[in-house]
Amino acid sequence: MSAHAGAGKYLGRPMERVEDATLLAGRALFCDDQPTRPGTMHAAILRSPHPHAKILAIDTQAVLKRKGVKAVLTGKDIQAETDPFLIVLRKPMDQWALAVDRVRFVGEAVAVVVAEDRYIAEDALDDILVSYEPLPAVIGTMDATKPDAPLVHPLVGSNIPSTRHFTYGDPDKAFAEADKIVELTIDYPRNSQTPLEGYVVVADYRPDEKVFDVLSNFQGPFTVHPVMSKALRCKGPQLRLRSPAYSGGGFGTKQAMFPYIVLMCVASKKLGAPVKWVEDRWEHLTAAIAAPNRVIKAQAAVKKDGLVLGLRYEQFDDYGAYLRPPMPGPLYRQHGIMTGAYDVKNMTITNHVVMTNKTPSGMVRGFGGPQIYYSLERLMQRVAVELGLDPLDVMRRNLVPRGSFPYRAAAGALIESGDFQTAIANAAEEGGLADLKRRRDEARKQGRLYGIGYAAVVEPAQSNMGYLSTINTVEERHKAGPKGGNVAYTTVSVDALGGVSVTADSLPQGQGHATILAQIVADELGLHPHEITCNMERDTQRDPWSIATGNYSSRFSSSTAVSGQIAARKIRDKLARIAAQNLNVTPDKIEFANGKIFARDNPDDSIRFSRVAGTAHWSPSELPDGMPPGLSEIGVWSPPELEPPNDADQINTSLTYGFVFDFCGVEIDRDTGQVKIDKYVTMHDSGKLLNPLLADGQVYGAFGWGVGCALHEEFAYDKDGSFLSGTFADYLCPTACEVPEPIILHMESPSPLTPLGAKGIGEGNCMSTPVCLANAVADATGAKDLRLPLSPSKVAALIQGDEPPPPAGQAKAALPPMAGGRGLVGEGSTLVPAAPEAVWQTLIDPKSLAKVIPGCHSLDLVGPNRYRAVVSLGVGAVRGRFEASVALSDLEPPKSALLSGDLLGPLGTAAGQGKVTLVPEGGGTRVSYAYQVVVTGKAASIGGRLLDGATRLVVNQFFKRLVAQTQGGAPGGALFWDGIKRMLGIGS
Amino acid sequence: MKPSAFDYQRVARVEEAIDLLARHGEDAKILAGGQSLVAMMNYRLVEPKLLIDITGIEGLASIEEKGGFVDVGAAVTQARLMAWPALAERLPLLAKAMPHIGHFQTRSRGTVCGSIAHSDPSSELPLVLATLGGQVVLRSKRGSRTLAADDFQTGPLSTAREPDEMVVAVRFPVRQAGAGYAFDEVTQRQGDFAICSVAAVATAQEVRLGVGGVAGRPTVTRLSGAALANPDGALNAFAWELGGSDDIHATAQYRRQLVRRIGRRIIEEAQSCRS
Repeated sequence: MSAHAGAGKYLGRPMERVEDATLLAGRALFCDDQPTRPGTMHAAILRSPHPHAKILAIDTQAVLKRKGVKAVLTGKDIQAETDPFLIVLRKPMDQWALAVDRVRFVGEAVAVVVAEDRYIAEDALDDILVSYEPLPAVIGTMDATKPDAPLVHPLVGSNIPSTRHFTYGDPDKAFAEADKIVELTIDYPRNSQTPLEGYVVVADYRPDEKVFDVLSNFQGPFTVHPVMSKALRCKGPQLRLRSPAYSGGGFGTKQAMFPYIVLMCVASKKLGAPVKWVEDRWEHLTAAIAAPNRVIKAQAAVKKDGLVLGLRYEQFDDYGAYLRPPMPGPLYRQHGIMTGAYDVKNMTITNHVVMTNKTPSGMVRGFGGPQIYYSLERLMQRVAVELGLDPLDVMRRNLVPRGSFPYRAAAGALIESGDFQTAIANAAEEGGLADLKRRRDEARKQGRLYGIGYAAVVEPAQSNMGYLSTINTVEERHKAGPKGGNVAYTTVSVDALGGVSVTADSLPQGQGHATILAQIVADELGLHPHEITCNMERDTQRDPWSIATGNYSSRFSSSTAVSGQIAARKIRDKLARIAAQNLNVTPDKIEFANGKIFARDNPDDSIRFSRVAGTAHWSPSELPDGMPPGLSEIGVWSPPELEPPNDADQINTSLTYGFVFDFCGVEIDRDTGQVKIDKYVTMHDSGKLLNPLLADGQVYGAFGWGVGCALHEEFAYDKDGSFLSGTFADYLCPTACEVPEPIILHMESPSPLTPLGAKGIGEGNCMSTPVCLANAVADATGAKDLRLPLSPSKVAALIQGDEPPPPAGQAKAALPPMAGGRGLVGEGSTLVPAAPEAVWQTLIDPKSLAKVIPGCHSLDLVGPNRYRAVVSLGVGAVRGRFEASVALSDLEPPKSALLSGDLLGPLGTAAGQGKVTLVPEGGGTRVSYAYQVVVTGKAASIGGRLLDGATRLVVNQFFKRLVAQTQGGAPGGALFWDGIKRMLGIGS
Repeated sequence: MKPSAFDYQRVARVEEAIDLLARHGEDAKILAGGQSLVAMMNYRLVEPKLLIDITGIEGLASIEEKGGFVDVGAAVTQARLMAWPALAERLPLLAKAMPHIGHFQTRSRGTVCGSIAHSDPSSELPLVLATLGGQVVLRSKRGSRTLAADDFQTGPLSTAREPDEMVVAVRFPVRQAGAGYAFDEVTQRQGDFAICSVAAVATAQEVRLGVGGVAGRPTVTRLSGAALANPDGALNAFAWELGGSDDIHATAQYRRQLVRRIGRRIIEEAQSCRS
């Protein structure tokens, strides 16, 4: 259309972000910084300490007596005011904003207290008494698939609410013709990219308009706006969602906050005042979200030369306790591109959705891609190892051939452009692969453990909003009607002085969308980007939005950015026509540059941009014939290529497909198992780069998280269901010290499907880096089965073999391995200078037992040898107050008894039992004991590192006091105390 | 993540602090750097009714060498001790260990005595104090007493401090003539709690080897003669004695392997830097 179509003056250039000054100077207002209206109250949430339990009763009577407390809500209130959330699968697995009747994961919201400030609200949580009946929990993904597994949702009748099988091409033939079948089972862990600011919701119910006015840092997609308004039983416009311009980071995680939006809406309605809730770090790590962990059984049918004839995939994707929409998205988001960068026509895919008693999974950067590429690229490395070939040669042999684009992948993805061979060749050349190989050979000659890893990834961007309907059968899809597309909106307005403002639907989370939009609009209108004012706030009552609105699937550059250009061009066309009238030329001759509008062949005769804009405002009657008045234009864009799945179950899951090729060298310390990243090269073909600086920023961020996934990060649970990574001391995000500088390379194969030619770049390294590093560790160690994160302890186990046994005569002071999970176990014995009968009497007499139990405030008999107690337990200054039930059973006086107890308090729960045996010895009694304790809730999630030692200390305290009490309460007993310490392996 | 309500009192003299401790006992906590305490309060793991801020007590801000020890007062931050000009000369083991403590931001606030009083089994300062055979000076209204590190540190987050006592100083033995010192630790990330930390003092006769992060408190063994000439057997016995436990970051076996492997390296390093 004009000279500047193609390379823009600003678009495509490395411009610093217009957002930087605000962010770097600390002047950005994040959601928690936003002003709230006077009278806003603050919420705190009571969360389940149990992975699975029935809620027998919730007593909230004491809460409202506390000064400053305004309201308390439980599941019953939520049931009265809302409907359960719609879910993707039509299965009886209702989820509400608060637990109803049953909790299904540690951290599930059980009640909410609203008070004058957060301090009081948190104080009041201790006033709520919840009676739980703990149920067996299921944590392991494959454990959940066993026929006798506890059911997370009993009404579903299975922990696998969905299984679908897909066949593309002729996989049976491929496997029959194979020279070899290479197999690998992957167990990809739970992780998440954690934002600096957690969830923030301010809900303000306005009764006159019946409007829930919500300020939050929800990031979209707005597919869940209808889910929320349906739950709240209101019309869409009655749920007003407002988002600030700056976010404390999203990475997908802020989609899953929608139940809290509904919760705070109900709280505000009940209270008649605005309610604010700010998620804290423990809440976020424990209960917000994780990418689904996934078990993948993968097979490749290969020829001797490394050619892959076919693939078989069986996936068990673990969604935790609930399927929050758009779950199970990660299992289908990559469906069309399951063959990755490879030209493999024959494939079977079997997808299982699995439910467990863990935090519900959700959207996390990469969205299923890290899991897929971890398995696919590990499998390719295994093909090379098992055939004795070079891994890169195997990859190259199978790549989608040069010149075959647009390429339709087996499962339906349409890879629109690219040149994978050139990308790899350029990366090897510019990144110094030959040098790296020499470096590896040299290191190995010296006996060092050094490995090289590779990974090739097709990076999808802008999701087809119909991708998830692939989970339904063809018949179900016909019945439900087609779903596809992805609509984007940007509005460009010009004021009477020529000032240009832009609003858009991308809900930026720090990527720099305002900068790109300013570049695009500036190019169209002949202005400087600094002259463009972008307001990235969003308000569903005032701004256009679609279900696709939001920040996800790297959609900005191929979606919202395009709508920005469309809107700017509408403005430009209008202004060009107005100017053409004044300049006496036809509009196609008009140029925009340096704030002026002029005819291409007569640039000296120009009109100021602002003057033309003023004409449109001040003299609508002077506008050219037929031109509608106004200088505010909405650009709307939905690409036609995003079609619904076809009847062969093929789905083009994304609009654009970029290419990433990584290689790296790692060295492993033989003594410590620590993995040092020696070199990392990452090549990206993301189509046309809109701003290379911002593109590199995306690569750095994804790479950093990729390093975290490979080496450090995991949401850990024990088999009993306790969550163990509730702080940043246990969920280990890499820091600047752990993330090396990668060498970032680019090439540009423009996308023919978007006017800007840009593809996505924000997620590639989330997919490529974990497996590239794992492949390097595999190369260094020869190991086949690698489970992320590759912590030093795990890597040491791969390379070090068995440890030397203890010297003869030295008992293993180490405790026996954990039985059935992280249940803490211990044993010991001590000699008490009293007859067994006296010791026995101490144990069964409530008065003396109260003195033996550490920190016992009260002990009431509630049945034969059954007590209810209030105790303060802990180590050092760490003390928790617990309600305890204590029971003595299996009584064999005066020989043995089983002492069991359950504790419940703000720090969590503990359940344990200990067998105590009394044997006469030298005039006294040998008291022996063995115990097992399971700790869940807050204490387990934030103190895991010290839990074992702390438990031992508490048990020690018990026996120390038993000795003292049996001796008539006299102090001393130091000798016996030392004996216990020796037995427990503490002290000297 | 808000603490329970508490009172706060900033004191100017040790006497005021111990007077408050005598009155409030376990309900009171000394606030120095707050780098562990305040986080634990925010999690409500610790709910003191009174915080006694001692950072303004002038007499506790000194680093002083006397009688073969360097006495470090309770208000001295880790950053200040690291910046003490004589550190590398007089306390070479500390000079090697201190860069491993947390991050420079936490060291700017965190105090030396606070870390000792907190008694985290993975912390560097308790390990160095134990390995050097240092002392802890406690004061209460009842008087003053000085405990050997080994007697003070009783277990994870547990010490011999009575509720009415405060740590007023820790005493690090100064460099022994001719001795060699070495320190290293294994963490997953820079500044993390050590999975295993190892410190050694080598003299002509023996090596004192201290290990943190494996047992419930830093533990020291002495090697000499044949056990030192070929330490693998002694290190294996020590590793099994310490035991270690599994957690989400490392197995007990891995910790014992580090005792053997890092232990051997640190012994050699300490011996090689004897002067």
